[in-house]
Amino acid sequence: MKKREVRSPRHVLPKSPTSIQGLDEITGGGLPKGRPTLVCGGAGCGKTLFAMEFLVRGAMEYHEPGVFISFEETEQELTANVASLGFDLDRLVKNKKIWLEHIHIERNEIEQSGEYDLEGMFIRIHHAIESVGAKRVVLDTVESLFSELPSPLILRAELRRLFRWLKKKGVTTIITAERGDGTLTRQGLEEYVSDCVILLDHRVTDQSSIRRLRVVKYRGSTHGTNEYPFLIDEDGFSVLPVTSLGLNYSSSRERISTGVPRLDTMLSGKGYFRGSTVLVSGTAGTGKTSIAAKFVEEACKRGERALYFTFEESPNQLVRNMRSIGINLEPWVDKGLLRFHATRPTHYGLETHLTTSIKLITNFEPSVVVLDPINAFVTGENHVEVKTMLLRLVDFLKMKKITAFFTNLNSASEILENTDVYISSLIDTWLLLRDIEIGGERNRGLYVLKSRGMEHSNQIREFKLTNHGIELLDVYVGPGGVLTGSARLSQETQDDAEQLLHQHEIVRKQISLERKREAMEAQILLLRSEFDAEESEALKVIRIEKARNEQIIQNKKKMAKSRKGDVGQKMHSSNKSKINVLRMVQ
Amino acid sequence: MKIKRAGIHPLGKESKTSRRKKQTARAKNDIWSLRLYVAGQTPKAIAAFNNLKFICEEQLKGKYHIEVIDILKKPQLARDNQILAIPTLVRKLPLPMRNIIGDLSNTERVLVGLDLREYSAKLRA
Repeated sequence: MKKREVRSPRHVLPKSPTSIQGLDEITGGGLPKGRPTLVCGGAGCGKTLFAMEFLVRGAMEYHEPGVFISFEETEQELTANVASLGFDLDRLVKNKKIWLEHIHIERNEIEQSGEYDLEGMFIRIHHAIESVGAKRVVLDTVESLFSELPSPLILRAELRRLFRWLKKKGVTTIITAERGDGTLTRQGLEEYVSDCVILLDHRVTDQSSIRRLRVVKYRGSTHGTNEYPFLIDEDGFSVLPVTSLGLNYSSSRERISTGVPRLDTMLSGKGYFRGSTVLVSGTAGTGKTSIAAKFVEEACKRGERALYFTFEESPNQLVRNMRSIGINLEPWVDKGLLRFHATRPTHYGLETHLTTSIKLITNFEPSVVVLDPINAFVTGENHVEVKTMLLRLVDFLKMKKITAFFTNLNSASEILENTDVYISSLIDTWLLLRDIEIGGERNRGLYVLKSRGMEHSNQIREFKLTNHGIELLDVYVGPGGVLTGSARLSQETQDDAEQLLHQHEIVRKQISLERKREAMEAQILLLRSEFDAEESEALKVIRIEKARNEQIIQNKKKMAKSRKGDVGQKMHSSNKSKINVLRMVQ
Repeated sequence: MKIKRAGIHPLGKESKTSRRKKQTARAKNDIWSLRLYVAGQTPKAIAAFNNLKFICEEQLKGKYHIEVIDILKKPQLARDNQILAIPTLVRKLPLPMRNIIGDLSNTERVLVGLDLREYSAKLRA
């Protein structure tokens, strides 16, 4: 605290850190130091615990002893109540770190005669503060005095005096008060305590409760103005500012198998990204849980731990059902690699679910987390809350590089690409399972709706659950549309028969062609032999003619010789051209 | 009847008892043990003591014992006896215990608170 003051160059209001997870972030350092803070809320919203944690943490972590003035519970009750949160009040009281004081009056024992004041209470508080050197004081719930003591007017004046007195003493005070009808407190204490007002709310929407905290007012300081969900569990009070988790996680390139080889193939051959968020959605009975179980089994086979949150089936039932399709989860449970956590979603509020989940995940350190199914959280109109919760869970898992696997049940009437909780934008890989109803038969189809960062198949596969596991088959896509199941089988048989017929036809045609070719070739042979015969005849005639011509020329030459004429040259050339013509014919 | 002295007398006065006997509905040797818690000698404390003494003299002459406790000096006693309003008058005996807060200026309320109404009714009659 002191460090903070020194470091800060501007003069900011000194603050008393609460050490309550998340609250100091919202208030920028804690409650106003040396001033009263009003914490109001309905019954059972955690006012006492808030105040007690402020006190105990102050005593343990900041060496600021505290005084707890309880108007409702006795010292013993208080000690017992907070022991469940791991606070050892007895020891703190013994070490003079904490002073517990129960102030209580039975109304029916009291008679009033004339004016009175609360000096007795002042003296007791003063005594308590002096005894331990307290820096922090809690008055829980001072308003109950109004039901115990007569004369509200006197009480009002006395309380006003008390708050001023405490402020003057410089102790950081928490005053708790019940929420009134339309006002922050029943008795209008907010008029007197105006430095800081924190409102706790415990809302039940559709049978599940959500706790919320809001800083209504913080004089002299900026503060978060939203309603922040908070939790009370065995570690005490924690406020979860939604903004405290950012989008700055690094992402892995490692791929992990889905457990179904053909599904891996559909996801560019390698499966999901490690640390990604996978959603399987589909109508009832489409095999969402089976795909989840297969994935879990595969993770266990790799020797990784898996945490399975089941919200609808008991672990036993789940293991039994999965065995029927050849997925044996039992050995992994025995080995301690697989852990089930079965709760009804309605069992606690969403915030409690979130923290229990986060706590379990932190302790078990799984590499795979399954939530089956996420829409079980949705009751009525709490979509936004469920989405916020899942968002925070996804952020948490991503930071831890844990692969998240969600299933979502769609009702048959709605659009399949919708989830009840509208978390599609959070999902990295979305597998959609759907019914394909053809020929009086219902079959399952699977396709990858989206898969960020990888090339994925755009085809529908028929998805079969057999007693030896999950099988993915190509669906029949033909002129008759997409066919699955027996329709696909019968269509395939029909296609096969047709194919066979076609093949026969081709063979037949080939044979007939062959025959035609043979006939043609025979004819060619015939014609050729005819032609050959004619040719040889013709050549023979030509030869005779040639010989005759030669003879004539020879004869003429002889005659010319004998006559001593000069016509021989002319005759010779004309004979030569005739011979050329004959050669060309040949 | 013995004269009893209060443990602490911040007001510097003694409670007085008298030998004169009043009729009471209770047993004759009953002693009314009253305790008045104050915080310092404030006007309210003084008024309360005077008012109480007056009523006791009227109603319980000789049968009462007043003890005045200043919680400024003994804050632990305030805690032990769950005192927060000042002044507080506690009837320790006869049982059951009864508490009256305020300066006791309203005699009627004091009588009701101490269960002495019967007397006053009788007295008025």
